[in-house]
Amino acid sequence: MIGVGVVYALAGLMFAAFAVLTLRDPANPKRYRRSAFWALLGLSFLAGDRLGDVGDGVVVLGLAGLAAFGGLGLGRPQTTTAAERVEGARRWGDRLFWLALIIPAVALAGTLGFKALHVGSSPLVDPKQTSVIALALGVVVALAVAMLMLRPPLAAPLQEGRRLADLVGWALVLPQMLAALGAVFALAGVGASVGHVVSAVLPSNSPAAAVIAYTLGMAGFTLIMGNAFAAFPVMTAGVGMPLIVHKFGGDPAIMAALGMLSGFCGTLLTPMAANFNIVPTTLLELPDRWAVIKAQAPTAVLMLIVNTALMYALVFHL
Amino acid sequence: MLPLIGIAVLVVGFAARLNPLPVIVAAALASGLLAGMAPLAVIAHLGKAFNDSRYVTLAFIAVPVIGLLERYGLQARARTRIAQLSMATTGRLLILYLALRQITCALGLLALGGPVQMVRPVLAPMAEGAAQVRWGVLPEPLVRLIRAHAAATDNVGQMFGEDIFIALASILLIKGVLHQEGVDVAPLQLSIWAVPSAIAAFLIHGARLARLDKRLERLAAAAIVKGEEPRDA
Repeated sequence: MIGVGVVYALAGLMFAAFAVLTLRDPANPKRYRRSAFWALLGLSFLAGDRLGDVGDGVVVLGLAGLAAFGGLGLGRPQTTTAAERVEGARRWGDRLFWLALIIPAVALAGTLGFKALHVGSSPLVDPKQTSVIALALGVVVALAVAMLMLRPPLAAPLQEGRRLADLVGWALVLPQMLAALGAVFALAGVGASVGHVVSAVLPSNSPAAAVIAYTLGMAGFTLIMGNAFAAFPVMTAGVGMPLIVHKFGGDPAIMAALGMLSGFCGTLLTPMAANFNIVPTTLLELPDRWAVIKAQAPTAVLMLIVNTALMYALVFHL
Repeated sequence: MLPLIGIAVLVVGFAARLNPLPVIVAAALASGLLAGMAPLAVIAHLGKAFNDSRYVTLAFIAVPVIGLLERYGLQARARTRIAQLSMATTGRLLILYLALRQITCALGLLALGGPVQMVRPVLAPMAEGAAQVRWGVLPEPLVRLIRAHAAATDNVGQMFGEDIFIALASILLIKGVLHQEGVDVAPLQLSIWAVPSAIAAFLIHGARLARLDKRLERLAAAAIVKGEEPRDA
């Protein structure tokens, strides 16, 4: 059976290749630190399951330490000039779009189609990991077609990938790091503590106040944790179920659906949601780390008001 | 209450503009230690959770393909393609993308968008190209504003589209949490209540994008008057 391990190995080899190529790139004055960063990440993807928990923890400390002091520098992989790109666009035209679409197309086909593939009686692809494995397959297929069609130098995909990865830099592991922090916070009982604080300060005699506390709590907790999934169980168990549902007779499905969407408003407002708000600023070369959040903020605040109003209007009456 | 110190560490670290990675490690250590864990145990928990969360980073395995296509002019193609449409403005293009992103996410096709696959290589160059047709070479602040709005529109479209799809992680999480609370709901009961918010999000963000066109016009006019240093096309 093909499991997610194959995909992790593929990613690990890619990061390891970035490490080697970085080491041979004299344009980056901090190439040793940058190379060590990619090497550690490659190690984590290739051997994370064999390092043991403490070993993985040391990898985390290493990545944080390398990012902390003095930065990682920027590599300058060989690529094309602006004029060559305009020429390339003229030559290849819309075929470049079709190549880019191979990834999501194969990912979708794989997600839907893997279920049908079996070796003997066991499934060919781990049914719990289909979407991730399908994504990796999409990348491999797109890469193969692009190599055959465009005929670039053999190292080009890795060098061009390194160009983008260097640009994203330490922010590339930020979402994963925050997910890990969320798990440690959960073990340390941070969520439960926040739940206690919220229910202690809450006026509990008005349905409107309960709805507002729940939606604002979802948004606020998400702001801190960077992920509405971390906020939802705490706020629902601490505020939503006891007050909105049990005390005031609200509908749990409506409450939960609009509560999660209120949390998403928080996601749009916080640097903790790094994959949505920080990674694009690095990829788009925006010097202001808050640029994407600023562009989203009015929508997020208005949608929080809308979700709160919708919940108040619907949850007690349907 | 003591574990809440970890949150304070995070907030202070972000406010002081320190590198987030060591701040996160410090926050984990603070919360773990104050909850009574041994230092080595906190590091082990952090390492295990990091290892278990590797799938979060997997979106980046697409960078060799995207980088390769950029090498052969994907972004340049996106810019010229949009320039051929005389109706296109930055705001209208992003409104159209917002609708497409919401609809495709509602069908579960999240992988069609995102900052790596779509915003950097295609959407942002198109949004810039639509503005370049009007005002020629754009001043740097305008370029940044347009790029930020391209990323923001991708995010808004995903957030207020995906919960309409019934098989999504967040819908399954809601179902699971409610089940623990003794309430059983069908996924369709949940996703149907995401529809009013999705419509509201389209109207609100779409109206803001329409105003973005006017704002860009003002900024471009002001930049031309001031004779600001233009950016290389």
